[in-house]
Amino acid sequence: MLKQSDKIFTNLYNDFGWEIDSALKRDDWKNTKDIISKGKEYLISEIKNSELRGRGGAGFSTGLKWSFAPKELGSRPHYLVINADESEPGTCKDRDILRFEPQKLIEGSLIAGYAVGAHVCYIYIRGEYFNEGQRLQEAINQAYEKKFLGKNACGTGWDFDIHIHYGAGAYICGEETALLESIEGNKGQPRLKPPFPALVGLYGCPTIVNNVETIAVVPTILRRGSKWFSSLGKPKNTGTKIFCISGNVNSPCNVEEEMGIPLKELIEKHAGGVIGGWENLQAVIPGGSSMPLLPKKVCDTITMDFDSLIENKSGLGTAGVIVINKDQDIVACMARIARFYKHESCGQCTPCREGAGWMWRILERTVKREATLSDIDLLEDVTKQIEGHTICAFGEGSAWPVQGLLRHFRKDIEKRCSGEPIVKKKRDIPYLVDQHLLEKKNA
Amino acid sequence: MSIKKIHSDQPKNFKFTDENLLVAEEILKKYPKTNKKSALMPFLYLAQKQNQNWIPLAAMKYIAKYLSIPYISVYEVATFYSMYNLSPVGKYFVQVCTTSPCLLRGADKIVKICKEKISPNESELSKDSNCSWVEVECLGACVNAPMMQINEDYYEDLNETNTIKIIDSIIKNKPLKPGSYRGRKNTSPEKLKNLIQEEKNA
Repeated sequence: MLKQSDKIFTNLYNDFGWEIDSALKRDDWKNTKDIISKGKEYLISEIKNSELRGRGGAGFSTGLKWSFAPKELGSRPHYLVINADESEPGTCKDRDILRFEPQKLIEGSLIAGYAVGAHVCYIYIRGEYFNEGQRLQEAINQAYEKKFLGKNACGTGWDFDIHIHYGAGAYICGEETALLESIEGNKGQPRLKPPFPALVGLYGCPTIVNNVETIAVVPTILRRGSKWFSSLGKPKNTGTKIFCISGNVNSPCNVEEEMGIPLKELIEKHAGGVIGGWENLQAVIPGGSSMPLLPKKVCDTITMDFDSLIENKSGLGTAGVIVINKDQDIVACMARIARFYKHESCGQCTPCREGAGWMWRILERTVKREATLSDIDLLEDVTKQIEGHTICAFGEGSAWPVQGLLRHFRKDIEKRCSGEPIVKKKRDIPYLVDQHLLEKKNA
Repeated sequence: MSIKKIHSDQPKNFKFTDENLLVAEEILKKYPKTNKKSALMPFLYLAQKQNQNWIPLAAMKYIAKYLSIPYISVYEVATFYSMYNLSPVGKYFVQVCTTSPCLLRGADKIVKICKEKISPNESELSKDSNCSWVEVECLGACVNAPMMQINEDYYEDLNETNTIKIIDSIIKNKPLKPGSYRGRKNTSPEKLKNLIQEEKNA
């Protein structure tokens, strides 16, 4: 279990107050000027050495990402964009940082902004977090008053401004290029990569996009040293992480823990155990809804870090742990996730736009026990046709959970599919027509 | 991508109030001078706030003119994002999260209560036109599931009794306080904290 002294987010539950004065007591903004005066190279290499991996889902090395920004400021300005568009079902960690640890985020932004050569930072907050955004704005104003931001921010000689931009309820804007489109005032539809935002990003200028949690841990890493951070967790999966444990547990909560903590320990120690006991566990979605679920057998032994979850064909994602016990209908639960993806697809790539709806309808039929056995193969086929055929990772995000369900619960689904086939006569209908719609209204 | 209906009864004119014109100028300062279009999303919010929480077509035309961008660019953005209401909503706009983590903890019961108390269908005004409700996707408070958002405030850790009380309170125009309805502090693990406290007391 993580020692209290190793915790980064000590005010995660707002035990001490979020205002700047109480944040200063918790060592925020301590030695910021000295840290920055060590120079860009030092900052980037220190973050590289700490092996901090992005906390937004993909787990890319943060130090490496920063080093992609052009070294010298050219004619185009650099931008730092912070992704606070937290919409992944099962994830609510950034909300607590915005509400209760805003100074960590603001200080991190200044340091990251200096490291990548940005004078302007945009924080993109999802529109639903209106109150959290107002709170952050207050915190930013307090930082301006203390001269931590603005001209010659914190006495470093670097000018730095932070602006908040609200989203408006589109999950896809959490994808970095869609987020940039959204700041530019367009529909949030992802761009093709390359060029990567580090070279051509916001307004065509070099842009570094980072998650809230990633930026918020940066000041503490630099203050306590990369060695301290990398001594926590496992090799290549270092540091601490906020886990959000939701679903069928006795006391759902957000908790900061070491990376690589066993899932069972996480659930039993921090979330009060599964409702009905560990034996009543059916499956766990370990990293927000886009990651494939894990059956109980795997949950018994798995540790929560990027690499061991990838080995088990899942992923840490945003560390939103959704626990599903045996009282729940797992197919109905996954059908609801499929509906989420159907609703949130931006509509740019055909496989995702159409496929997400297909997956939802087939799963809904399975829930109602109206599906046929061939539907299962069809479902699997659809997921394969979405995966890898879209501009952004939304395609994978919508297909993987369904693939996970088929991988681990195929027998359960087969049992439900023994009903009469909906299309009784074999007709020569082109493959791409959703066949059940031909005979049944509103199926 | 959401399917949205444009309201049939549209006002002819729309203009920012003098107060909001000042706010609009402040918003424009946040973005580079050559990229005025960035202000489109904040402007739509501003228009929505000014016009009883929904955006008429006239407002879109007005904003397009204001930012000197084509009307269609405003229209496509307003229809793309789900938080822009293109037809009237209640003074109390209830959004119930029904995505999996909330569903696992009984969000369907909250939907049922909304159907009984407010209106049988979503996005429909209640009899006194004061409230409306809608089912939404994940609102990002999964640890406090099930939950709902009324205008800007989150009501968390609900159960049937609490939800009925809250809905009744907005129908009476005296909304109850937002926050957790199980008396816990934000996202902390309530039962464990109590246990630790008991151990200390013992």
